[in-house]
Parts: sequence; C-alpha cells; structure tokens
Amino acid sequence: MQASDRFNINSQLEHLQAKYVGTGHADLNRFEWAVNIQRDSYASYVGHYPILAYFAIAENESIGRERYTFMQKMLLPCGLPPEREDD
Amino acid sequence: MEASQGGKAQEIVVARGKVLDLLRPDDSGKIQTILSVEVFGAIRSLAQFRLTGSQKDYIVVGSDSGRIVILEYNKEKNVFDKIHQETFGKSGCRRIVPGQYLAIDPKGRAAMIGACEKQKLVYVLNRDTAARLTISSPLEAHKSHTVVYSITGVDCGFDNPIFAAIELDYLEADQDSTGQAATEAQKHLTFYELDLGLNHVSRKWSEQVDNGANMLVTVPGGGDGPSGVLVCAENFVIYKNQGHPDVRAVIPRRADLPAERGVLIVSAAVHKQKSMFFFLLQTEYGDIFKVTLDHDNDRIKELKIKYFDTIPVAASLCVLKSGFLFAASEFGNHALYQFRAIGDEPDVESSSLTLMETEEGYQPVFFQPRKLKNLVRIDQIESLMPIMDMKVVNLFEEETPQIFTLCGRGPRSSLRILRPGLAISEMAVSQLPGVPSAVWTVKKNVNDEFDAYIVVSFANATLVLSIGETVEEVSDSGFLDTTPSLAVSLIGDDSLMQVHPSGIRHIREDGRINEWRTPGKRTIVKVGSNRLQVVIALSGGELIYFEVDMTGQLMEVEKHEMSGDVACLDIAPVPEGRQRSRFLAVGSYDNTIRILSLDPDDCMQILSLQSVSSPPESLLFLEVQASIGGEDGADHPASLFLNAGLQNGVLFRTVVDMVTGQLSDARSRFLGLRAPKLFSVIVRGRRAMLCLSSRPWLGYIHQGHFLLTPLSYETLEFAASFSSDQCAEGVVSVAGDALRVFTIERLGETFNETVIPLRYTPRKFVLQPKRKLLVIIESDQGAFTAEEREAAKKECFEDAGMGENGNVEQMENGGDDEDRDDPLSDEQYGYPKAESDKWVSCIRILDPRTAVTTSLLELQDNEAAFSICTVNFHDKEYGTLLAVGTAKGLQFWPEKFQGRLLAGIGPVLRLYDLGKRRLLRKCENKLFPNTITSIQTYRDRIYVGDIQESFHYCKYRRDENQLYIFADDCVPRWLTASYQIDFDTMAGADKFGNIYFVRLPQDVSDEIEEDPTGGKIKWEQGKLNGAPNKVEEILQFHVGDVVTCLQKASLIPGGGECIIYGTVMGSLGALLAFTSRDDVDFFSHLEMHMRQEHPPLCGRDHMAYRSAYFPVKDVIDGDLCEQFPTLPLDLQQKIADELDRTPGEIMKKLEEVRNKII
Repeated sequence: MQASDRFNINSQLEHLQAKYVGTGHADLNRFEWAVNIQRDSYASYVGHYPILAYFAIAENESIGRERYTFMQKMLLPCGLPPEREDD
Repeated sequence: MEASQGGKAQEIVVARGKVLDLLRPDDSGKIQTILSVEVFGAIRSLAQFRLTGSQKDYIVVGSDSGRIVILEYNKEKNVFDKIHQETFGKSGCRRIVPGQYLAIDPKGRAAMIGACEKQKLVYVLNRDTAARLTISSPLEAHKSHTVVYSITGVDCGFDNPIFAAIELDYLEADQDSTGQAATEAQKHLTFYELDLGLNHVSRKWSEQVDNGANMLVTVPGGGDGPSGVLVCAENFVIYKNQGHPDVRAVIPRRADLPAERGVLIVSAAVHKQKSMFFFLLQTEYGDIFKVTLDHDNDRIKELKIKYFDTIPVAASLCVLKSGFLFAASEFGNHALYQFRAIGDEPDVESSSLTLMETEEGYQPVFFQPRKLKNLVRIDQIESLMPIMDMKVVNLFEEETPQIFTLCGRGPRSSLRILRPGLAISEMAVSQLPGVPSAVWTVKKNVNDEFDAYIVVSFANATLVLSIGETVEEVSDSGFLDTTPSLAVSLIGDDSLMQVHPSGIRHIREDGRINEWRTPGKRTIVKVGSNRLQVVIALSGGELIYFEVDMTGQLMEVEKHEMSGDVACLDIAPVPEGRQRSRFLAVGSYDNTIRILSLDPDDCMQILSLQSVSSPPESLLFLEVQASIGGEDGADHPASLFLNAGLQNGVLFRTVVDMVTGQLSDARSRFLGLRAPKLFSVIVRGRRAMLCLSSRPWLGYIHQGHFLLTPLSYETLEFAASFSSDQCAEGVVSVAGDALRVFTIERLGETFNETVIPLRYTPRKFVLQPKRKLLVIIESDQGAFTAEEREAAKKECFEDAGMGENGNVEQMENGGDDEDRDDPLSDEQYGYPKAESDKWVSCIRILDPRTAVTTSLLELQDNEAAFSICTVNFHDKEYGTLLAVGTAKGLQFWPEKFQGRLLAGIGPVLRLYDLGKRRLLRKCENKLFPNTITSIQTYRDRIYVGDIQESFHYCKYRRDENQLYIFADDCVPRWLTASYQIDFDTMAGADKFGNIYFVRLPQDVSDEIEEDPTGGKIKWEQGKLNGAPNKVEEILQFHVGDVVTCLQKASLIPGGGECIIYGTVMGSLGALLAFTSRDDVDFFSHLEMHMRQEHPPLCGRDHMAYRSAYFPVKDVIDGDLCEQFPTLPLDLQQKIADELDRTPGEIMKKLEEVRNKII
C-alpha cells in the first residue's frame, strides 16, 4: 500500500469495516443491515443487566435463561437470508 | 449480581449493576457491607485472582468502559485501589468490544477478557522485582463471525495457561438462504493456549459440543484433579478435555416440568479441598445439583449429578471456606446459607454410567424438590429488586410519608412499606407505677461489662431496679428513693453518684454514703458529669464544680456565677490517659452556648461563645476516638463534636477544637417538633448519640461518615444505653408510663421495611383514598392458577404418601411463617412452570395497616390484569368504581377523565361512559403510533405515553366530542414510567435507563389555551403524520438502570418536593430541583472537579456514562458529588481551593442538600 492510500476515504472505510463488525457500506442490503442491528441489540441487552432483568420479568423466565435465549438468537436474528440475485 | 471472594478473612465482592460492594460475613454469620462504591459504568463481569504465593486476591472488572481494570482492596483506607487500567476498545456494551466475559488462569498468570462476538484478549499477569502486579499488552485471540457463550480458564497446573470458550460460527448460516447451514451450525469448545515463552496465543484444540451449551465450569487440575471443563448445556452436563472422550449425564428434571422446557444451568460454584472437590450447579428453576467426578488420575470414570437443595435462583453462587454458601439472588433478597451436610446422603442422582439413549433422545431422570436438607439459611440481605410500582403517601398518618413499593416476582413478590430510618427490635416493655421522667443505667465498677442498676426517676420518687437474670426492684442500693433524681452515674472507679434537687449523694463501694447539701434553699437544676468531674447548676445560675480526688472523694473545686439560669450543661468525656476533661458546655436561655475551661489554671474561664437560634434544651459532647483500621478498616483522626438540641426542634452540631475550645463548622438540622434531648449510647462498641425529638434519631459513624438517621419507633422521653447478659448493646428508654428496652439493627440502612407477601408478580396498584385500602393487580405468565397448583400439589403428596396440608389460603401467606410445615413453600421453590401462553392473575384489596387481604379475585380463563384505576362516573349512581384493564391479547390502560373513563387499547385512545349494562364508547383517536402505556389527565388535557414514541399531548373538546393530539415529542423513547409534573411538563423514563423531562413551550401552550378551536385547525391540516407542535426536552440523565416508577413527593415534613424513582434493580433515587442559581453554579463546578480529579473506578468516563444514550442536560450527579468526602484529604483541599471554599464547607453543603430530600 502506498502512503497516499492510507488517507484515501475508501481504504479508511475498508479498514473500519474490517475492524468493526457491523459497519455499513454502500452495497449493504436490507437484510444485512437488519441482521447487524439485531445482533447489536442482543449484545446490548446481554451487556446491560437491568435490561436483561426487565425482559426476564416480562417473560417470567430467569435472567440466565433470558441471556442464553438472546445469545441463541444471534445465529439467525432475522430468519433466513434472501436468495442472492447474482446466484 | 456477581460474587467473587478473596482475602484471608474471605470477603465477597458483589457487583450490583453499577455499584461494587464488599461484603464480609462475620463470625455469627451476619453479612456486613464493608464498602459500597458507585462506579458510574455497567459492571458486566467480575473475577478474582491471586498470584502464586501471594496472600491477597485482586479483582478484575469487565465493564462497559472498553478497559480492563484490576482493583485491590485497601484495608487501611477502606477503598478499592485501582492497580491497572488498560484500554482496549470503544466504550459501551458493544457486540465486539470485550468486557462481557472474563476468565482467569487458576494459577493467576493470565486473564482473558472476551466480547459476545469475535474479540478475545489475553493479558499476562506477573509481578516485578518490587512484587507489584504487572500487566502485559494484550494478545489477540480473535475469531471473526463467532458468537461466544462462555469462557473459562482451564486448570493445567503450571503448564502454559489455557482458556476454554464455547463458540458458534455464523458465517455460513448468514450466506445460506436454504437454511441448511443454519440447522447444521454447531457449537464448538475451543481451547486457546497462551504460550508464555513465545508470548503468543494460539487455538490449540476445537471440538464439537452439544448445541445447547451455555456455560463452562473449570475442573480442578494440576495436582488437585483431572483438569478439563464441565460444559453445562440444556439438560446435560458434559465433561470435556483434550484427548478425553466426552462424559455426559442428564440433569434431573422436576416431574411437573412441561416436556418442551429444557433445564439450563444458570450459576455454578466449586468447592475445593485438599482431598476432594465438587461442583454446585443451579438450574433456572432454583434447584441445586451436586456434581462429582469419579476419576482415576486424568481419566474420568463417572460423572454424577445429585439433587442437593432448592433455593431461589441465583445470579451467582459463592462457597466460602468457613462453610457458608452465599447466593446472590436474581430477584429479591440475597441469602447466606450454612452447610449442614454436603449431600452425602442418598438422593435422586443421574450418572454418566446409567445414561440411557432412546429413540427420542436421552432418557430423563425425574425428581421432586424437597425441603432444605443440606443448607440452612442464616442471613439475608434485603433487596427490593425489582420495583414494579411505587407510591409515596402518608397512609398511616405518621410524621413522614411511607413509600409503598411493589417488589419481587412470582411467588417471591411482596408489598414492602418503607420508612426512612433504622429498624429497631424491641426486647422488653414493662409498665411502671407512675409516669417516669428519666432513666439511667449504671455499672458498679468501671471494669464491669454489664450494667448493674436501672434507675428510674419519677416526679417525687426514684425507683432502683437491679439487672440480673431478671430485672427486679431493690431497696439496698444506697440510692435515696424519696426524691426525684437529676442524674445517676458511676463516679471514680467504683462508687455511685445520685444527684437530686437538694444535694449530691455519693455512695462508696463499701456502702458509706457521703451527702453534699445545697447551700440555703437553692436547688440543683442541671447536672453535667463524666467519670471524674461533676458540675451542677443551682437555681439562679450558680455553677459548682467538683472533682474526684485520688482517694475517690468528691471535692468542690470552683464556683462560678452565670448571668442567668442555666438551660443545660455537659462535660466532655475524660480523654484516655488524662485526669480531667477540659471542656464544660453551658447553654443559657439567652440563646447562647458557652464553652468553659475546667483546667486548674484557667478554671471557669469562657473559652468560646456561640449564639444559636433558640434556647438550647440539651447538650452533648460526642467524642470520636482516633481509630486505625477499625471495623470498617479506615483510619479516623480523633475529634470532638458539641451537639445541642434547641427548643425549636433543631439539632445544632459544631466541631470543638481539642486545644483551644473554639467552635467551628456549625451545622443544624431540623429533627422534629419537640426540642431534641441528647443521650450518649454505645452502638457497635462506639459512642453514638441518641436524639429524642418528636421521633428518635441516632447519630453515629458509619463507614467513616457521620450519619443522622431516624429510628422507626415511637416518641421517647428519656433514654440511656443498656448492657446486660441478654442484650449487649441496647437502649433503655421511658415513654408514657412504660419502660422500653430495644436494640438498633442493621446500621447504615436508609430505610426499614415491612413486608407483606403477594401471590404473583405485582403490576400496578392504586389507592382507595376513602378507606385507605390498596388495590393491587398481580399477574404471571406461564404459571398455573391457584386451584391447579393445589390439585397438583395434593396429587404429588398423595403419590409420595404424605399427608396433604396447606390450602389456598395457607399458600397465600407463604412468607409469614418460615417454619411452617408446608414442605414446598412456593417462595423457596417457585411456581411450577406452565406453557408460556398461560397467564394467571388476581386482583387484591389489601389493608396495609393490618396487612390483611380483604378481598382477592383470581381471574379465570387465561385473563391477566395489567392496568388499574379508580373512576367515578358522573351520574354518581355507583360511587367509586374500580376499572381494571385486563388482557387476552390486548393492552388496555384506563384513566378517569371528567367523570368518564379513558382507555388506551393498543394504539387507540377511547373515551367511555357507563351505560346500563356495559361501557359505552363515546369517542376515540386511532392515531397513536404503537401501544399506549400511560395516560394522565389534567383539565381537558390528556398526556398519553406511547411504548416507543414518548409523550403525546392531547385535548378533548367536549362540544365537538373529539380527541386530538396537539403536540408530541421528536425523540423515540421507549417509555417505562411517566409522571405529570405540571400543566406543560411531563417526566418520563425509558427502557435504556434514562430519565427525562419534556415541556411544551410557553408560547405554544398559551396559543393552544387561547385558540378557541384549541389548535384544532392546525391539527387538521396534518403534516407528515406528526402533531403540529413539538415538546422540548428540558432535562436528560442516564440513570443506568431501568426506571419503572416516578413520583413527585416530599419525604420529610416541610421539605421540598422531589421526584422519587424506583428501578428494576431495586434502587430508589431522587431528583431534587435547585432553587438558586448559586447552588447550580456551586454543584456544577464541584461535579466538574470531581470528574477531573476522581474519575470513576471502573474506567468509564463519567460524562460519557451519564450521556450514554442522549447527552446529559441540566442534571448534576449527586452520587458523584457525594464521593467528595471519600477523597484523600489533599485532593479535597485542592478541589476546595478551586471552589474558593474549605472542604468542610463543601461537605456541609452536600449534607444540606441530602437533608432536603431525606
């Protein structure tokens, strides 16, 4: 990489996208965007104990179970991905 | 809540969301909170480690700060010292920023901190030549597209440290639209090895693991066990290690559990001794299982899971070496249990050897929960978590209002009535023949441990009671019983003194009595004494000073004529190792307090003079002895305080200079309607002050702070400390014609509570103001109705061949009596789980005075109550009615409005009137965005809260019978609580832990009110769906905890109103409005300096934390300002200099603000 490339906006963005999972880009489709939002949300719920407790009360489950459920939902947060058009 | 343990004395560190606590179980098994620090950040994980050969544990904290923080408890100063703080990422609870998981190498050589996804960092811990802890730069163990469920350190002795993680790769599932990859997605157990030589982390081993895996537990290794990990999965516990076949056993399940529900382990503890180890795993239903590994060197032969006991579900379990189990409950009170046994007796057991695989999967093992067999509960820490609803009202017509909170969940729910103040426990009450005026206790010898006599003075007699096995009246004590007494005390080493109006009676140890008579017809009016000095004041204002000489004789030393009658006097206690105290305080009716010297060279010289607002009634010197590493571990310099109870009910407190006698740093506080009388008592081995005004108060030192707290007890006349065989630290007092002995419990608490158990999770309650009843609605998801539960219980007991007992009523009062015969108290074991679409609910009418439920209606057919209000329809035919919103799939919030009923039903706001047989729909507005969660009304305005879109201000036009929205908020807010502050202002709280106020701008408000159409035309033009006007945000603050209820109230008589809030984590907070610009300036500067000089303990930036979702606006953080007294003295001085004040002035200001609230 040339020195000038480092200040190129595209390479900076690429760097961000590689470093921070969930950073958007121009070709992001609706599904990918939603998946990122959902995963971020679940991670935030799991990280904030009071919110976890709040959900646990609403669903009458234990906090431990609620945390596990949220982690499980990170696998397919928005259901199956749509078929790719180019395929 | 998380717990970890450390230290030789074994202390427990607990994280409560944003607070870090240090608890210590004392020898009798009572838990004492040693230290509690607010960290201004969300604590997500906590672990302790010990360097080899070291005696002390360090604490590692994973928080939302994007930093790893290592703390050490400093016993001398009673603080947590931050040893290391390493930044690794962005702040906030993000998906890929580590902090969620922490694992420690069991030998204390490395720590791994992980995120929910991708990132894991390893820090090498070591010590330098000066034996200080060092931390390396982070080593990465990242894996992209991978969700992490749990990480733990593997015990492999002194080989390279290994960390184990449960991982799930989602990359393929995200790409595959057929769903094939998602169904095949497999969790893996991965071992990461830290090569200490190469300083490098590598993935050493990865193997498929059960897809229900959620938690890892370290198995002792090295010389102590086979090493490896226990993988806790849904329904299974699996032993795994590299190069070892899986050993799997099923977790026994409750017989009544629906088949579709799994059993998940939520908390674990390991107990390790030299020769053996076992695990205690707790399931999500509260059952604890003892897991043992039968092993031959490194080969596991059998994994056994045996039912141990059932306790409420814990967020964290902690086994202490002293044989205690600390369970930090997910909801409700936390408890300390003692082991009675370690589950050696036969019980339901599942084993890896008897594991049966059938066509439908593994054969389950069933068990029935039973009474505690191995554990016995010995102490609890009260927790209000979660507060579901709260009201501050003075239902009992006491001096201060009570806080009624609905707390807890399911069978552990309760209504708790909180009163500000300390709880007391009454030991004895006995009636006396007359109305006593005063009481004293006295020892016979200075070295005695217990008091010998209780002396009670009446209007014209004195009664002497001797303390022994029982308390009995005696006549051989030497006291004069035909006269009232003014003071009774021990004097010298072993003689007693009785001061009565006409003289002093000195009773020597051998029974000789010396009597000193007042000259002429003058009488003694006031007395002040300590062990070696006595000062009396005669009518007319003459002071006479006596000292005890070497022979134990009481000698007159000096006389002094005051200008007028003496109102009160007191002598400071004799300092240790000295002959006399130097200070005498004299209060006069001319509103002054004088400090006089008692030293021989300047005897009766006035050292200082203080004028006060009202004549003093009572004086007390309170000496705070210098202590080093006391019970709370901190050092305190010696100091002397002069307290004065003034006739206008104010307690006046100043610091007395130990050398010059000058008074400084005066503070005053209103205590009650009567002039406070001050008494010295002993609390936890230290001198404390009891102030008797219209209610009793206790002034004492707690964790290095002087606290003045009311006692929840009736008005007392006179008190003295009391110590006997049965009651080491009590207080004896007189009130009316009774003598009362009580002890003070749980120092340091702000509230004391009365608990009334409820049946299901309480949702809301309303007050029936006329009859002072509370109407509570309770509902639970996924539970059986009382009848179904009863039937199931009966069946189960019959099966077990036990006698049936306990009917619905008995279950109801579950919490009343712990020793009840009911073998299955729901409070302990929880309700049996039903399918998740089943709801149970009840409406209860409760008399809070007697704690009696006067009526309870259990709703049938899967109907659940969610909202409630009282309503008076305008035809007045029925009087006050109760409207309850229930749900079978709909949300419904009623509110009374101009003699009609307003209800929010999903996104629709409707107005109802009462018809002959049903409610009649009058008009509606369907334009609310999501679901209405709150409705408040004032005049013709209706303030509607939406679950997701903040507030909507509506208007009802009667002539046109129309409801329309004229203003709304431009910020999405997921409302959890709302309260109407004034005509234009609403207070709200959202799900993410923010509190905010919005206000309709004055000009808009005026316009709406003046416009004859009420802004309707503008509304009809309708632009972009929103309302034509927007409210403005005027306050914004991140509390860091989900606020569930808000109320404007005043907790002290005559105090300003503040906004009280309750949260899911069970804390109560208050927001107080500043009334002057000066205060705002002062506190915002103090806050600024505190932010700079005293950054939060866990590394989160304070400003960023308080602005976590929206920038903080016009709120000053009192919690931060109140940490000022905990700063080192030089830092205090520095901040004070910046503010142009003294540290004392700052603390006084802080105290003043606190006293305005409670």
